[in-house]
Amino acid sequence: MPQTVAEKILAAHGRRREVEAGDLLNVQVDVAMANDITAPPAIEEFQRLGVERVWDADRVVLVMDHFCPAKDIAAATNAKASREFARAQGIKHFFEGGPAGIEHALLPEQGLVGPGEVVIGADSHTCTYGAVGTFSCGVGHTDMGVSWATGEVWMKVPHTLKVVLKGRRAPWVVGKDVILHIIGRIGVEGANYLSMEYHGDGVADLTMEDRFTMANMTTEAQGKVGLFPVDGRTREFLAGRFQRPYTVHEADPGARYLDTVEVDLSSLEPVVAAPFLPSNVKPVREVSGTTIDQAFIGACTNGWLSDLRIAAGLMRGKKVHPDVRCMVIPATPTIYRQALQEGIIDVLMEAGCSVSTSTCGPCMGGHMGVLAAGERCVSTSNRNFRGRMGHPESEVYLASPGVAAASAIMGRIAHPEEVA
Amino acid sequence: MKLVGRAWKYGPNVDTDVIIPARYLTEFRPAELAKHCMEDLDTSFTREVRVGDLIVAGRSFGIGSSREHAPVAIKASGIAAVIAPSFARIFHRNAINVGLPVVECEGIDEDVEKGDELEVDLSEGTVLNRRTGKLFRASRYPDFMLGIINAGGLVNYTRKRLRG
Repeated sequence: MPQTVAEKILAAHGRRREVEAGDLLNVQVDVAMANDITAPPAIEEFQRLGVERVWDADRVVLVMDHFCPAKDIAAATNAKASREFARAQGIKHFFEGGPAGIEHALLPEQGLVGPGEVVIGADSHTCTYGAVGTFSCGVGHTDMGVSWATGEVWMKVPHTLKVVLKGRRAPWVVGKDVILHIIGRIGVEGANYLSMEYHGDGVADLTMEDRFTMANMTTEAQGKVGLFPVDGRTREFLAGRFQRPYTVHEADPGARYLDTVEVDLSSLEPVVAAPFLPSNVKPVREVSGTTIDQAFIGACTNGWLSDLRIAAGLMRGKKVHPDVRCMVIPATPTIYRQALQEGIIDVLMEAGCSVSTSTCGPCMGGHMGVLAAGERCVSTSNRNFRGRMGHPESEVYLASPGVAAASAIMGRIAHPEEVA
Repeated sequence: MKLVGRAWKYGPNVDTDVIIPARYLTEFRPAELAKHCMEDLDTSFTREVRVGDLIVAGRSFGIGSSREHAPVAIKASGIAAVIAPSFARIFHRNAINVGLPVVECEGIDEDVEKGDELEVDLSEGTVLNRRTGKLFRASRYPDFMLGIINAGGLVNYTRKRLRG
């Protein structure tokens, strides 16, 4: 029977010749990742199982990124529990302090995830690795603890939504605009329980970083995974990083799709997602009078080097509006150093931005850049739910780095063209 | 298994950030999480919730993060089951793994009002609103998931499996 990419990967990991959507099966896990919020409870669940050692210490990854550098005693205690577990178990992929970055940028950058593999993470944005052809999805901490013991996870084989990208993007349209457009069209339930599988000549027009941003926000439409094809750009990204031999799976002709969404990239324009749902998508020009108090450029969605380049390109020789705080957080220390070497950080600081060490930070109102009642932020992160970045009466507009940078300068939501 | 309880009523897209805001996520003890459950959406919830109460909501209950703290907080608040036309994928999975019954029931949110007394039969897969007399049929769990629920969650289920 013709198979989708998701079906092929799950069949291979479930020791089946083929599977079909709806099948429930245990699959072998290639990497199982948790962070400083989810590792401590996952460790407790692991210990309740009465198993002494994790199934493969080299395939467990722990990243201290959410409330780290520790924001308070409770956060420090959680990081400590994770560190002690990593030491006791001989887990070498434990990231904390200097080498730590935001998990979903760090794992691909460090070559820990690759095509055709199954990766689970106790974080909903684990779906990011679909950009390199990984079947990756978020789970809770109980699933994580159990997979550490067994090397397996139970999966329901998802139906697939085919997304066909056509044409080339207009200037200032980036991966963030494409995925927001898609979520706006299909809604926050549009991909529930589904694999999103990308096709079409438009894929070639997207950089790896655009693809990471798009796969990252799969979960905002409640998708399980957002799978991109493995092409020349993917192979170039993986070269010198990902060391394991890998299998590239392509969908069979005649594979069964639940539905197809076609997107003409050339018809898109910069957009925002207004409060309080990521599907509340509007063109920037429709909301460009909206004043802001803060702009945030960072998060696992848009803390990539190309994102910082776009922001610096717009901010060079300009100043952040006096009524706005603009915060920039490179997603990983490698990105941070590259940005330093390129002079990007200097440009951003000269413009009046604050720049922080790599952390999830304000994205979920955890620490740094938390919003007060009535404050409004343009953010390159991925969620704008009520209270997401702080007080329940604060507001978050999701946007691309170009829109966030332009808005920071103008003091209101702005199209990059207005300042370019 | 039959549950009888009083309904709390919420709209669609109740997200994990309002079920348990991220500012409390340095904590994972159930009783501590319960102190802040739903507080950004409904400050009366933690004051007035009683053991055995039910939550009825619109579509996509639990959208957002993978934080298992969300079903844990709801369960530790005393809520016996959550009933909604649809649930977010990860929330649904986590709820089963921690032993919080989640009941998928089309149309339930159009009939139930806050305070209604409901009878939920988990094995039959039915929900009765005693006020309106309307009986709803819920979708049935696959046997595989029933196995996890009956074992009292994924950890107990896996312990049995590991013992062989």
